[in-house]
Amino acid sequence: MKNKHRKISRRTLLRGTLNGSAIVLGLPILDSFLNDNGTAFAADGAALPPCFGSWFWGLGLTPDRWEPKTTGRGFVLPEHIASLKPIKEKLNIYSGLQVFLDGKVNQNHMSGAQGQMTGIVTKTSAEYDESFDAIIDKQLGANVRFRSLEVACDGNASSGWSARGSNGKTPYQISPLDLYTRIYGGGFQDPNQTEFIPDPEVMVRRSVLSAVTEQRQQLLKSVSSDDRSRLDEYFTSLRDVEQKLAFELDRPAPLPACSVPSLESEDIGTMVSQVQNTHRQFAQLLAHALACGQTRIFHVTLGNAFSTLRLPGEPSAYHALTHEEPIDTALGYQPKVKQLAEQCMGFFVELVQAMDAIQEGEGTLLDRSVVFAFTDHGEARLHSMKNMPVFTAGSAGGRLKTGIHVAAEGDAATRVGFTLQKAFGVVSNRWGTESNEVTQPFSEVLA
Amino acid sequence: MKQRISRIKQLRATGLLAMMLICLSPNILNAAENNERNGSKKNNKEVTFVRLSSDQYRNAIHDIFGESILVRGNGSSSGVREAGLMAVGERRLTLSASEVESYELLALDIANQVLHPSRRRTLLQCTPQNEKTLDNECAAQFITTVGLHLFRRPLSKNEIDAYVEIARSATESLGDFFFGLQAALVGMMVSPDFLFRIERSVPNPESPSTRQLDTWSRASRLSFFLWDTTPSPALLEAARSGELMFDEGLNQQIERMMTSPRIEDGLRAFFADMLAFDRFDTLDIDSNLYPRFTKNVEDEAREQTLLTIADQLLNKKADYRDLFDSRQTFLTPALAALYGVPIPIRQELGGKVPWVPYEYPENHARVGLLSQVTFLSLFSHPGASSPTLRGKAVREHLLCQIIPPPPPDVDFSLVRDTDNPNFKTVRDRLTEHRNNPTCSGCHTLMDPIGLALEVFDASGVYRTTENGADIDTSGQWAGQDYTDVNELAALLKDDPTLTSCLVHRAYNYGTARASTPTEVQWLNTTHTQLRNEGVRWRELMQRISRNPDFYTVPESSMAEEQ
Repeated sequence: MKNKHRKISRRTLLRGTLNGSAIVLGLPILDSFLNDNGTAFAADGAALPPCFGSWFWGLGLTPDRWEPKTTGRGFVLPEHIASLKPIKEKLNIYSGLQVFLDGKVNQNHMSGAQGQMTGIVTKTSAEYDESFDAIIDKQLGANVRFRSLEVACDGNASSGWSARGSNGKTPYQISPLDLYTRIYGGGFQDPNQTEFIPDPEVMVRRSVLSAVTEQRQQLLKSVSSDDRSRLDEYFTSLRDVEQKLAFELDRPAPLPACSVPSLESEDIGTMVSQVQNTHRQFAQLLAHALACGQTRIFHVTLGNAFSTLRLPGEPSAYHALTHEEPIDTALGYQPKVKQLAEQCMGFFVELVQAMDAIQEGEGTLLDRSVVFAFTDHGEARLHSMKNMPVFTAGSAGGRLKTGIHVAAEGDAATRVGFTLQKAFGVVSNRWGTESNEVTQPFSEVLA
Repeated sequence: MKQRISRIKQLRATGLLAMMLICLSPNILNAAENNERNGSKKNNKEVTFVRLSSDQYRNAIHDIFGESILVRGNGSSSGVREAGLMAVGERRLTLSASEVESYELLALDIANQVLHPSRRRTLLQCTPQNEKTLDNECAAQFITTVGLHLFRRPLSKNEIDAYVEIARSATESLGDFFFGLQAALVGMMVSPDFLFRIERSVPNPESPSTRQLDTWSRASRLSFFLWDTTPSPALLEAARSGELMFDEGLNQQIERMMTSPRIEDGLRAFFADMLAFDRFDTLDIDSNLYPRFTKNVEDEAREQTLLTIADQLLNKKADYRDLFDSRQTFLTPALAALYGVPIPIRQELGGKVPWVPYEYPENHARVGLLSQVTFLSLFSHPGASSPTLRGKAVREHLLCQIIPPPPPDVDFSLVRDTDNPNFKTVRDRLTEHRNNPTCSGCHTLMDPIGLALEVFDASGVYRTTENGADIDTSGQWAGQDYTDVNELAALLKDDPTLTSCLVHRAYNYGTARASTPTEVQWLNTTHTQLRNEGVRWRELMQRISRNPDFYTVPESSMAEEQ
């Protein structure tokens, strides 16, 4: 008997046919989506939307060696963060911030990052609430393929800080190859292709998910209130995937800056060189994903907060070094710890430059984005929650001024997250809880 | 052992579904419809749900569709440990968009394999009259049969109709009946009814103010607890008949499951959880510093531990305590090289890894689980052993004790100051560290255990010196002196906390929640009895499975009344 089996994912057999009829959709000329000034515009004539990214590195910086001496513009970068020089004009530095514990136990290497991402410091490490990117996501209401993309550079899927609700942190992807396949594998529609053919297979997949989503109300009626939130979050995830498929069925708006990056071989691990390689690949993949309109929110974590980054031949990992390396009395600091922190800063520059290298009209991808760089401790050696180093890069499409050093005086670090929410147009009078609740953004950086 | 493995494979290779191809009796559907009409309002309320682990997902697919179905990838990629167990954490978790995305792709791939022309004949009892259009009856039959196994309960008429509708729509769009069935199958496999164990409850007739798991949820709890997989056809049949709701029928099923070789799957899953095998996912022992610790060694070490436990607790029917001073294990050539012992090599070129039973001589430093590469490497730093991590692991994973986090202003600089001639060994450095009053409280609990294991480096290789100084393995356990790991193992073995921890953990693993005060009382009594009679795995599993409270829904988990 002739084998009539066809694999449902074999797009080639199905492409171009929907019940036998071909659908070919033409696209307009790309240049018509640049205005007179060459600024990038979306197909509907609106400016390209802002993007948000978070970038986490564990174990902070060496205190008193990274804070610029002057505030506002024109500050001089101290030697400890001199590697930020190439991005200085598109960067803001925030010093003097802290995360308040309000009498709760300091969950070392967690409470600080948690406070900045969620506005809440919980009593136990098992609790974690919605992170503020979810608030920005609701504000953006983005028609994107992926609600967000999350990556970890140390091979640990649990090392991130983003959470959709109060039911656990989002797992992060650890493999650049997997992320590449996810974005550019099946379902990717090049916005600059001249023809567009909706895939009938994707239509079916979408309708299947849509049918499953219809079970939501029936199930929600019968579960306890604790479980309702978890079930609701599952159905929201299901709807996200349904919307991803819907996105793949829509003719994409042309985006001249979109191109598919190449991928090098991956070598996942915790050696600094491995983390750098993984991070560099993720940086390229994420920057191109934003330029191709695949997402507007991303999260990068260099490694978990108990950073396991390692130097060649060094028996102790980064986290262990912060507690074990003696302070060099002549230098006044822990030399290896300082060196590792500086390497982390170098990685941040690579991400920001990857975004700044993508030209969109007269601006760059970075210009319409903002990357929020945060850490877990002001001084990791002492698990200090004071003087947390925070950076933002990019101006969110002109909504943020850049090149500014903001020297706070013990303010809640949540002010940065609140400021970014304001930059994205979130209407809210306050964010955070207890002493981490803030009502005032840093107006000096808001445009 | 080979015979046993092949029996498991045989069962799986055929797939429960292919084996069974049951024609559902009208009773099943009637029960489901009754639930829909009456029960869902009051008597059969979904109370809570637990996410399937990646292994449970894989086991269920293999059992339902046959082991030849490849499960390429994981849907969920992370978990949280709660009350000492990842299994309990699954009750807290949901699925993120990226995880649902993965599960949808996995489902597509699996559905494609299941309905491949070479397989579909064994799974479908009907042949569509026209492969280009929907055969309503055939589709309903397929959905009804597969749905029973995927959802671990019969589908209601409305549910069957809904999935037939998916099949109809897909058949019309793609012009192929089997594509339609694939679509329906994908729909069932991304449904919360499959990806979560939804536990429904009914009022307890003996105590109407409390609720107990209904017959189908009992089957699931029992099956995932004892076999780490979806209920077998026999168990589903017992659920359908209602016998699981009564002691006699329940005990018969427990007895049947206990004597099956599949009990090893459940044992392996439990110990992989209790012993924190999730740490293997991020284990990164530095191969430059420890060249013998290769990826193969890592994989084989993991298997060595599970093989040893299964052999002791199931084949030899040994007491749990024996795991800590047993000298019997299994080795491969690579592991033997790392352990530094000779074994006969019987590996043929390109052949499978040969496992050779091995017994260490008396007074050898390798004694019990604590001296295996798994424990030693999982609780080390990438480039150094860690008495503190190892001691903490014994306290938390084996004794169910909680070690509080270190104080914020901690300074361990002495611990790594190997240039100081007074602090050559980690014992010297930690002793100094323990003199710090803010650290001593917890480190006194952790470090002595770990220091006895300092004769094993981060990769598990045996050594007698550190930086040229002899390693001192002596210490005190509960007021009693020991000089080395052998004596520590003997003291640990006698400590009631060790067995109490196992009893409590096993129960929590089964219920995927913390115990109620009533349950704690029962567990304490059970522990005392077992300690006198012998803490044997099958006996423990049996007692837990027979305990009525094991199927009771704690008040805090109960759904709100409508």
